[in-house]
Amino acid sequence: MPVFRPGIRLIPRLTVLLLILPVTAGLGGVLAPAFGWLPALGGQAWTLAPWQALWQAPGLADMLRLSLLTGLVSTLVALAIVMLFLGAFLETPLFRLVRRLLSPLLAVPHAAAAIALAFLLAPSGWASRLASPRPSGWTRPPDYLFPGDPDGLALIAGLVLKEVPFLLLMSLAALPQCRAHERLMVARALGYGRVNAFAKAVLPGLYPLIRLPVYAVIAFATSTVEVAIILGPSTPPSLAVAVVRWLNDPDLALRFQASAGALLQLGVTALALLLWWGGECLVRRLLAGWLEGGGRHRGETLGRLLGGGLTGLTIVLLGASLGGLALWSLAAYWPFPAAWPSPMTLATWREAADTALGPLGHTASIGLGSTLLSVVLVIGCLEAETLRRRPLRPGAQLILYLPLLVPPVAFLYGLVQLQAQLGLAAGWTAVTLGHSLFVLPYVFLSLAESYRRLDPRWGQIAAALGASRAGIFWRVRLPMLTAPIAVAAAVGFAVSVGQYLPTLLLGAGRLATLTTEAVSLASGGDRRLTAVYALGQLALPALGFLLAIGLPRFLFRHRRQLLT
Amino acid sequence: MTQEPRPPMPETSPLILERVAIFQGSHPLVAVDARIAPGEVLTLMGPSGVGKSTLLAQVAGFLSPAFSATGRIRLGDDDLTRRPPERRRLGLLFQDPLLFPHLSVGGNLAFGMRPGGGRRERRRLVGEALADIGLAGFAGRDPATLSGGQRARVALMRVLLAEPRAMLLDEPFSKLDAALRDEMRRLVFARIRDRGLPTLMVTHDREDAEAADGRIIELGN
Repeated sequence: MPVFRPGIRLIPRLTVLLLILPVTAGLGGVLAPAFGWLPALGGQAWTLAPWQALWQAPGLADMLRLSLLTGLVSTLVALAIVMLFLGAFLETPLFRLVRRLLSPLLAVPHAAAAIALAFLLAPSGWASRLASPRPSGWTRPPDYLFPGDPDGLALIAGLVLKEVPFLLLMSLAALPQCRAHERLMVARALGYGRVNAFAKAVLPGLYPLIRLPVYAVIAFATSTVEVAIILGPSTPPSLAVAVVRWLNDPDLALRFQASAGALLQLGVTALALLLWWGGECLVRRLLAGWLEGGGRHRGETLGRLLGGGLTGLTIVLLGASLGGLALWSLAAYWPFPAAWPSPMTLATWREAADTALGPLGHTASIGLGSTLLSVVLVIGCLEAETLRRRPLRPGAQLILYLPLLVPPVAFLYGLVQLQAQLGLAAGWTAVTLGHSLFVLPYVFLSLAESYRRLDPRWGQIAAALGASRAGIFWRVRLPMLTAPIAVAAAVGFAVSVGQYLPTLLLGAGRLATLTTEAVSLASGGDRRLTAVYALGQLALPALGFLLAIGLPRFLFRHRRQLLT
Repeated sequence: MTQEPRPPMPETSPLILERVAIFQGSHPLVAVDARIAPGEVLTLMGPSGVGKSTLLAQVAGFLSPAFSATGRIRLGDDDLTRRPPERRRLGLLFQDPLLFPHLSVGGNLAFGMRPGGGRRERRRLVGEALADIGLAGFAGRDPATLSGGQRARVALMRVLLAEPRAMLLDEPFSKLDAALRDEMRRLVFARIRDRGLPTLMVTHDREDAEAADGRIIELGN
């Protein structure tokens, strides 16, 4: 009869296995082909030939530089914007407003944000149309390269735009943990200006708490495929894009080189993390004296201007990008300097309705499947924590972050190899499991705080009233946590909708989702149709969040205390 | 922006609360009209929830947006009412010592010190300040390794090193155990008198008020 407790206790192990196994097996799966061993393709001897081929790939040095620099610079800029913003506006009314504006933007998938930014800032984009013919004087689209500039500035801009909301939300969750309010108050009472107080008293406590999310951002930014396809240069592209190209090349011999490239990508990401870590140490050294130097107002005005200006710019860019996307999807005819398309029509939406239904269904079903699996496992892990009355060990937290720290390009192709060797069909199940790898960490991050904060005395009261362990879980804890669970599920669903590479590789290119379609359309010429797909990709997670916020309000409309 | 602005520092200005009243919405919470002479400790007493800490927050410049306030706060002729907290130069002592966990004991004191002086000079001053509160040689220690009483003393010294023009005490002894409380009270009030700082203290402990040996305003009736 008491199956509940042993059952729950199994779940953390199962989860750890589910996270570690595919990542390590996937890395193993690229290791052998990278050294020539892939019997299915006739590779039967250990050799360094794939590496030699990789070394001679044209533009390899540029690819490496691009991946490393765009990854590090975009992370640095995004982190700087978030920290300046917190420093200048923490605990002000403006802060609450910006928080409300930026939080929903977390749900915008990377690909949709990249497409929207490209459409806004391209030579014939909405921004240059708004500035033409006056004041710019352009009657034809001006001549500059965006997206796809060789230095990757467009790529950096796109990454920054998407990482700012993420790092901001991660910081917001960490602020109470490091007693930011008290730290700030003490420092200000001692005469420190806002920005100085934040930098010297709060930041040293905050940064260690957001270190893992920052590392996840670096790993993503150095190895992103979909953002780099849309915004990055194409000859040569960033390393991750090149690896995917080699993988999809009809010349099967390139698979060996691709495997070596995948391992090199792992090295590039590791190097980026190492450089960042070195930078952390250096900064800590250099600033030790500054922290204790007693300076209270230096750079105060500059910090506030930058914090306000850059955050405002981020919000304006994101907002204008999404607005422009909506205009494109409604455009019938939109010649260059015109600021608005005219006439507006739903024709593109109707046209897309025929073809997009399949991808829409796949996106939704994969999202629901991977979210359901992740939510069940995460709740199981957290309930096991409650049963053991002890939080996760730091090691276990690192495992949760594993799929976010190892570049997907590096291990997903290995998984595809294993899939083929074990005779597993590529398709819905494989893709859904693959998505779960990335969904689960975010669901955990989103739910853990609320779950751990739930007062244990509720359970104790229920136990004293005679409820069993299972009864307490199903009838007390779970209902009380409905609202945060719904939000965590919406976060997970949004993550799944945004996935590009796992869908592409584990679905063997045959399972089209809104994201894969949007990315491949983006490199074509049809802005209207691309806009429709990108908006659809954005609408699904938005719908998820609406439900997550609305449903508990409806269910508990007569239980007001549950909704705070 | 390189010059630290130093408002004139008349050590002996009184702290004046000119018809200061706190409102929650339109509901009046607490009102005080008082002039605190240099070296004097004025105690606000009352049960929790009457708004005495809120009043202190208003004087310090940290009033939460849930409240509003009227009246003026002055230090001599210097009107502080609209000034941000960091420009008021009032020393604030909380219930908790709130030493920064990312700095050493000496670093916490240096954080409070005015800028300037070479690294060696600052270190010497920190050493002197530590010796002054009976903690000589503690500069390199992690604040987490200190006892409650030691932490309270470091927090006091950190505030004093910032050269405040008046002191605000928010139940500063309530978290110390009984034996330490007396010792800490004596230390705090002696330092306040030495420096001639006008002081506003908020407490619900009558012994605090008696030790302060000044006027008492009872709130909440």
